[in-house]
Amino acid sequence: MMKYAVSLLLGLLCGVALFIIGLLYNPFIANRTVSPLSAGDTAVASLSYTAVPAKSIAFTNNGAGRLQPHPKGIRLLPEDTLEQTELMVAEMRDARGQTAGIGVKFSSRSERTNLLRGEALVNSAWYVHLPDRGSFFVEQAENYWPFIQNVLVPAYRNSANSWKGKWSGDLSAGPGALGAGRVTGVGGSLLGRSMVAVESLSVQAYSTEKGPVSAEGRLLIKMQPDDVTATD
Amino acid sequence: MFKTFIFGLVLGVLATAGALYAFPVVDLQREHSLVSVATNGGNVESFYINVPADRLLARQPGQDSLLPDMLDWPGVDILQPIGVELYKIRNERGVVIGVASQLSESGSTSTDWLLHFPARGSQLISVQTQATSSGALRGDLRAGSREFAKRRGSVAVRWVPDDSTDEGVAGGRIEMLTNYVSQVDRQ
Repeated sequence: MMKYAVSLLLGLLCGVALFIIGLLYNPFIANRTVSPLSAGDTAVASLSYTAVPAKSIAFTNNGAGRLQPHPKGIRLLPEDTLEQTELMVAEMRDARGQTAGIGVKFSSRSERTNLLRGEALVNSAWYVHLPDRGSFFVEQAENYWPFIQNVLVPAYRNSANSWKGKWSGDLSAGPGALGAGRVTGVGGSLLGRSMVAVESLSVQAYSTEKGPVSAEGRLLIKMQPDDVTATD
Repeated sequence: MFKTFIFGLVLGVLATAGALYAFPVVDLQREHSLVSVATNGGNVESFYINVPADRLLARQPGQDSLLPDMLDWPGVDILQPIGVELYKIRNERGVVIGVASQLSESGSTSTDWLLHFPARGSQLISVQTQATSSGALRGDLRAGSREFAKRRGSVAVRWVPDDSTDEGVAGGRIEMLTNYVSQVDRQ
């Protein structure tokens, strides 16, 4: 009797492990490698920021995860309603690497997350202020599943609990067409303009204890075709 | 025994799939939205920020004091006229339900507020720096996401000083009264 119970238990554990492995390496969950903004010939603006919390101007969360708040002394978000929320203030750089403005990003895990479909979703909102041009608001869902598959899992598998390499991927998963985020110009010369955005992440080093060690985020902003016509 | 193992294996696969399907991976804590209907239409909702208790970060141009003290503001010229404050934001019952940022630039006639409520969505509000005759600052909802995506309307922002806070610290609360109309309703 005992040996049957042990067999059943071993089978159960193997079944759970098999399912998780199948989920992580599911070939039917496609990773988007080409940004939808690369199609067409309208102008695309690129803004980059550091994705390493310790290198940002400010970052805070509930303090319980691997991403540590920065700078020292910043207040945490321990409230039940905010425990899955992160807040970041970052310097935004243009395509030439020059400081173009400042960005505030709020992000919270999404209840639409569905691991069976390869969706580890986060709802985020950006407010970006570019002193010479104006300001805009970005609303989007982000899917971190490709990041989990390609960076997080390999980092945990590594005996040194870290990952080094080069991974780049788009995070944006709607609500705009082709998975792009929706952008609204709210100030300066951008006031009233409708745009779309794709946020991407490029990671070179990741630690399971500290989070990203070397990583950069990028916001690609594209005017809607009729908006470009209207302002040309 | 091998059959038992295979049975366990299949059961393990099905149980994991079933658990992932049936139980939400993310379950956000929600508070009831305290929304009332305005006399002339629209939904009214109030939000509060207790200062200094709810202030997470503060940087104003021309001021040496920073919150937190260790904040390292970039030295580039283009960011010097910019002021940023981050707060926790509360509902009418005083429960923290979200976070907010206020960003302004020296000489500008408006400041922009980004309010983010994890279980509901985000709002981007532009508030005039010139007070109205009632003493409140008037703002407009410029954009929103999820629950606020199809809404437009106005916001009244008021500073209510509180003399009972610690001596030497300017205390009080920021009250935001929003009055929004769904764009779908108007059509």
